[in-house]
Amino acid sequence: MKTYILQRIFSGMIVMLGLSIFSFALLHLIPGDPAQLMLGGKATAEQIANLREQLGLNKPLPSQYFQYIQGLLTGDLGDSYKTGRPVLYELLERFPATAKLAFTGTIIAIALGIPLGIIAARHKGGKLDRLLLAIATVGFSLPTFWCGLLVIMVFAVKLGWFPIAGGTGWRDLILPAFTLGVLQSTIIIRLTRSTMVEVLGNEYIRTARAKGLNESIIMVRHAFRNVMVPVVTVLGLQIASLLGGAIITEQVFNWPGIGTLSIEAISNRDFPIIQGSIMLIGFVYVIVNLIVDLLYMLIDPRIQYSSKEAA
Amino acid sequence: MKPLLEVDNLCISFGNQATMRHVVENVSFHVHAGESLGIVGESGCGKSITSLAIMRLLGGNSRVSGQIRLNNKELLSLSENQMRTIRGKDTAMIFQDPMTSLNPLLTIGKQIGEVMEQHDNLPRDEVKKCVLELLTRVGIPRADEIYHEYPHRLSGGMRQRVMIAMAIACQPLLLLADEPTTALDVTIQAQILDLLQKIRKENRMALIMITHDLGVVAEVCDRVMVMYAGQVMETADVRTLLRTPMHPYTKALMMSRPQSAKENRRLNTIPGSVPSPEHFPNGCRFAPRCDQVMPICYEKTPALAPAGEGSACRCWLYDENKESKEVLV
Repeated sequence: MKTYILQRIFSGMIVMLGLSIFSFALLHLIPGDPAQLMLGGKATAEQIANLREQLGLNKPLPSQYFQYIQGLLTGDLGDSYKTGRPVLYELLERFPATAKLAFTGTIIAIALGIPLGIIAARHKGGKLDRLLLAIATVGFSLPTFWCGLLVIMVFAVKLGWFPIAGGTGWRDLILPAFTLGVLQSTIIIRLTRSTMVEVLGNEYIRTARAKGLNESIIMVRHAFRNVMVPVVTVLGLQIASLLGGAIITEQVFNWPGIGTLSIEAISNRDFPIIQGSIMLIGFVYVIVNLIVDLLYMLIDPRIQYSSKEAA
Repeated sequence: MKPLLEVDNLCISFGNQATMRHVVENVSFHVHAGESLGIVGESGCGKSITSLAIMRLLGGNSRVSGQIRLNNKELLSLSENQMRTIRGKDTAMIFQDPMTSLNPLLTIGKQIGEVMEQHDNLPRDEVKKCVLELLTRVGIPRADEIYHEYPHRLSGGMRQRVMIAMAIACQPLLLLADEPTTALDVTIQAQILDLLQKIRKENRMALIMITHDLGVVAEVCDRVMVMYAGQVMETADVRTLLRTPMHPYTKALMMSRPQSAKENRRLNTIPGSVPSPEHFPNGCRFAPRCDQVMPICYEKTPALAPAGEGSACRCWLYDENKESKEVLV
């Protein structure tokens, strides 16, 4: 098991290294000179040359990359072109808001998606199943921005129950988290339903019935754990994607998270921030995937076994 | 003495009114305590469905009629909750494929123990003690280690032993074994059959062995019921059936055994295959594949007529009013 974890950590490091090359190359692949971009159109050639010198842009690429990596390892991701503050500082300032939204949204998605998916599976083919699937399909197809605006209009503008947008308190959290959670839950409903239907058709469920077990024990002990593997996978991907900033939801609700920061950085051509966001999102994916892999081992003993065999 | 299990006129059909398929028709048989009955037939003849009907484990789109009395209790009229107290306690079942019949995410100990927790209300440490005893009894070495193992760490034979331990945990009166050795190696098959025989004798448990293998029948069964296309074709005690099979289908099954092929000759087969319920022919259902078919076989369904002590056969060949006995070959 230890070998397995070390293996996973090692492969995560490879991913981060690849990502660092990509994010470094970004600055050099875009047309135009970064120093020129930073200083704007009116800068003199001398000013540009000075800045190039200062940023190390006239050094050969490998040594620039080496410098970049050194910076990454010591937490120095450069300074924002726009605010001049360190990128790490900007990211860490925005991350808690994004994390708060991501986790609350995911909890809502789990709380809605898993029970409703199980209910649909148990009534497979019935009216309730078709109703739930229809709702899930509609919810899945609705654009986030439209839902967000609708929710704001109804609950904030018309009813006035919640603030419209802009804050970061718990009251401000409810509408965006709700929108995000409900929309994410539609995937969970469909996935839980289809996996549950599949699991309930397995022979070991028939064995459990033949043993005369209570239906609740069959559902919880025998079926649910087997449903968890694919559900955990998708939940992991969802939460990782949300931790990288739920870009549209954050924009609509003016939620000051990583998503909003990234959008601002892209429109300002603030490359250090863009690079920093890429690295942060990559890091989050690596960590979440590691956690998901560890959860697999807790859920399914066969996974632990096969990794042992491989190692 | 009254039989332990009496099945009378069991009919099983699937589908709704428009697409109704009668899969099993008017099947009647009985099993005494401690006795073992073999149900034999090719795939699709209705033998597994019959056993699932006894356990009331058929899906929601099935219709079961007739009577299934176990120990004087009419199983078909019990509520689902009452039935649950019978499954695993009075009747137990083991299935063909031990690879897929055990839950991959639960330990062996848990899967055996939960039967006793459900039916016998034993305290935890007592359950564990019983499970360890059971594991030893079904011939699993290092029981205390296996107790904590997951199914994927065990071989097929070991898993089938676990299935047997699970089935006999509450000392059922009747064990239904649905092709319990089909998925196993030949060497393991004999061990599993011996184990089932041993347990049956020790517990005085009735056994219904569902199989397509007449070798298995010869090994473990007292009586045999041959099924074809949802009907009983012949029943007899095992010696009579194997020595003097009456029904052409039984004879054909016996000819198809590898042992009965003469050296360097092709293995005999029964031409064609079991028709699906929507294509059951009129008259005798075996007629299209029968090598002794007569004109009457295509017109009228023969009745399951008594033929000697405890035997019965469904075939026009043995009809007393020999009106049309010209064999059509």
